[in-house]
Amino acid sequence: MNCQLAPDNILYGNGLYRLLYDAAGTLLPCWLAYLAAGLVIIFILVNGVLLGAAVITWTERRLLGRFQNRVGPNRWGPFGLLQPIADLFKLLTKEDLTPAGADRIVFALVPIAMVAPLILMTAVIPFAQNTALASLNVGVLYLLAISSVTTIAIFMAGWSSNNRYAMFGAARAVAVLISYEVPVVLSLLGVVMVAGSMSLGQVVEAQALPFLLVQPLAFFVFLAGMSAELNRTPFDVAEAESEIIAGYHTEYSGIKFALIQAAEFGGVVVVSAIVATLFLGGWSGPLSEYLGWLWFLLKTGVVVFLFIWIRATYPRLRIDQIMAFSWKFLLPLSLINLLAVSLEVFFLRGETGQLTATDLGIMTGINLVLAVAAIAFFGNLIRRRVKFETRRPAQNVVPGVSTIEVS
Amino acid sequence: MTIRTEPMTVNVGPQHPSTHGVFRVRITFDGEEIVEVEPVFGYLHRGTEKLAEERNYVQIVTLTDRLDYTSSMINNQAYCLAVEKLLGVEPPPRAKYLRTLTAELQRIASHLIAVGFFVQELGALGTPLMYGFRSRERILELFEMLCGARITVSYMRPGGVFADAPREFWPALDRFLSDFPGEFAEMEQLLLENEILMVRTRGVSPLPPEIAVNSSVSGPVLRASGVNWDWRKQEPYDAYDAVEFDVPVGANWDNYDRFWVRMQEVHQSLRIINQCVAQIEPGPVRLDLPLVLRPAAGREAYGRVEASKGELGFYLVSDGGIAPYRCKIRSPSLINLTVIEHLLLGWKLADMIVSLGSVDINMGEVDR
Repeated sequence: MNCQLAPDNILYGNGLYRLLYDAAGTLLPCWLAYLAAGLVIIFILVNGVLLGAAVITWTERRLLGRFQNRVGPNRWGPFGLLQPIADLFKLLTKEDLTPAGADRIVFALVPIAMVAPLILMTAVIPFAQNTALASLNVGVLYLLAISSVTTIAIFMAGWSSNNRYAMFGAARAVAVLISYEVPVVLSLLGVVMVAGSMSLGQVVEAQALPFLLVQPLAFFVFLAGMSAELNRTPFDVAEAESEIIAGYHTEYSGIKFALIQAAEFGGVVVVSAIVATLFLGGWSGPLSEYLGWLWFLLKTGVVVFLFIWIRATYPRLRIDQIMAFSWKFLLPLSLINLLAVSLEVFFLRGETGQLTATDLGIMTGINLVLAVAAIAFFGNLIRRRVKFETRRPAQNVVPGVSTIEVS
Repeated sequence: MTIRTEPMTVNVGPQHPSTHGVFRVRITFDGEEIVEVEPVFGYLHRGTEKLAEERNYVQIVTLTDRLDYTSSMINNQAYCLAVEKLLGVEPPPRAKYLRTLTAELQRIASHLIAVGFFVQELGALGTPLMYGFRSRERILELFEMLCGARITVSYMRPGGVFADAPREFWPALDRFLSDFPGEFAEMEQLLLENEILMVRTRGVSPLPPEIAVNSSVSGPVLRASGVNWDWRKQEPYDAYDAVEFDVPVGANWDNYDRFWVRMQEVHQSLRIINQCVAQIEPGPVRLDLPLVLRPAAGREAYGRVEASKGELGFYLVSDGGIAPYRCKIRSPSLINLTVIEHLLLGWKLADMIVSLGSVDINMGEVDR
């Protein structure tokens, strides 16, 4: 049979898919070939995300060990690389508990509802040239929409567990995630405006200069917002282990817990991939036609390292401070970025509506200065609200200084 | 439109990652805010005071190790001082210096733990804690050289210390003293002016000096409340009258000050150790007392020290037998815990854990 994929099909851009479709099309009816080729790619993506999550658990633990003058897991396999597999087997053999009084159906659905959005998000990410499964022309919008589904999963977990710590975690998570959506969306608007498209493939191609340089403010807001959505320090109030045990997943055990952890670490992989795509130029780089995947992996790895580094360094903020950080600091920054970028695009674009590399260079200069000024200004504003001295008066160390006489 | 909300009561502990052992507190929350606090303790009660009545005066030293297991040297010291008062004897000068030196090493170790867990409770995934443990490990190795044990040291005896320091101890101590300031500076650099740490702790849960004094609070918590009170200065014991050191005092009475006072005390302890090393002279380390002590009937004595957590006192009554008639332990953690309600009410869930960590309780000492 001779099956042809129409060029306007969203799957047309994926080279591997076309190859598989053609091969399968010689044996199967077209509709079945369409399905079979899709399933093969989905299989690769699902395993990619889960394997990525496994590698991240190992990397994170090894790196945290380094940061903390420890060794980290190094027993099982070379450099402890097989540790995630050992963890998985351990969790598989654990009893799968459902607490009394829990809403059993919702409780069981949570791990699925947490992993699914992650895998869906990978559908539009271009890992190299012509490799995104679906070259959606609303890719950025799709990512934002899908990433919000995790909020519902977290709330389901907190509500169905019949546990007060889980309830705390869920309430916190919803508050944080909803308030961080706003600056994240606004920061991405600037990216879309400069790229002139919402398709991730075209965003990558538009980055003659990485958008990290062109829009440092947007990068900063996006990274902060994404660490909040991933529940990572300093925004990890939803599962703050020193306060509310494990937050929304306190009651989960066994394979359900494994899936929730996989979703968390997989989230780091996917979000790092998105950051690399939107701000670091994705697969572009020298010899990108052949080595695009290597560049992409490298850039993703850098972002993952950044996330782990932040986690190893900072304490956690309080819930009201996190909300203040979002509404009083990140939101103004993203608005400033949006305003500046829209003005620059309006004045700099040529007759075709395209921005050249020189235009991007000019924008980089303006936006860098703007970013430093805006962060300094708004940083000082919220700092002054908190009111603390940065240095202690030295005379405190001198004995005899006391505010009360004790006889 | 008003939304109807109701308070929620949560049992924090006894099984909780950050209640410093098996401490339980029933808290009623209004949203995230604390409206009612009811501490419950006794989960680690081992009857130390009663056990002391069944053992002779030297054997009781091993019980004191297990009170506040992060500062067992200082517990030994407090008990031995009480027994010496009871007997009316005084240890030789070298023993006094060895006691002062080890007690200050123990204070550093204890404060490193206190600060490490305090920051851990702020959510800093273990990095500052591990920095602290790195240095604490070396202190414990020094203790191992002295007496063979790391945590439950039982190094001191009524009338001196168990044995003189071995020859390898002094070079090892010198190495520690030259390395530690650098290691501690790393920790200070990470923490002292950490922006997130400051917004989380500045102005949170202040403890006014009036309330602190009226509640008999002692130790770093009292000094952070602006009261200059340190038993090492007020009533010098062992070699403390021969060394110079300052007493850091807080100005804002808040969580940050409690943390800051501990960080400064580590510096002062280092000063004391250095002076002890310079001043110590060869000589006997233990009085020639009988193996089984029998203080005269009817005598009583109260020995106290400035432990890492506050005033630790032993009140001993003798009936002329080989065991004390009564041994009452005044433990700083229990008394400091009495202000918990004042510290927590009106603050948020996240602050609760941090305030608890800033008081630095140890359940082995609270429940005894």
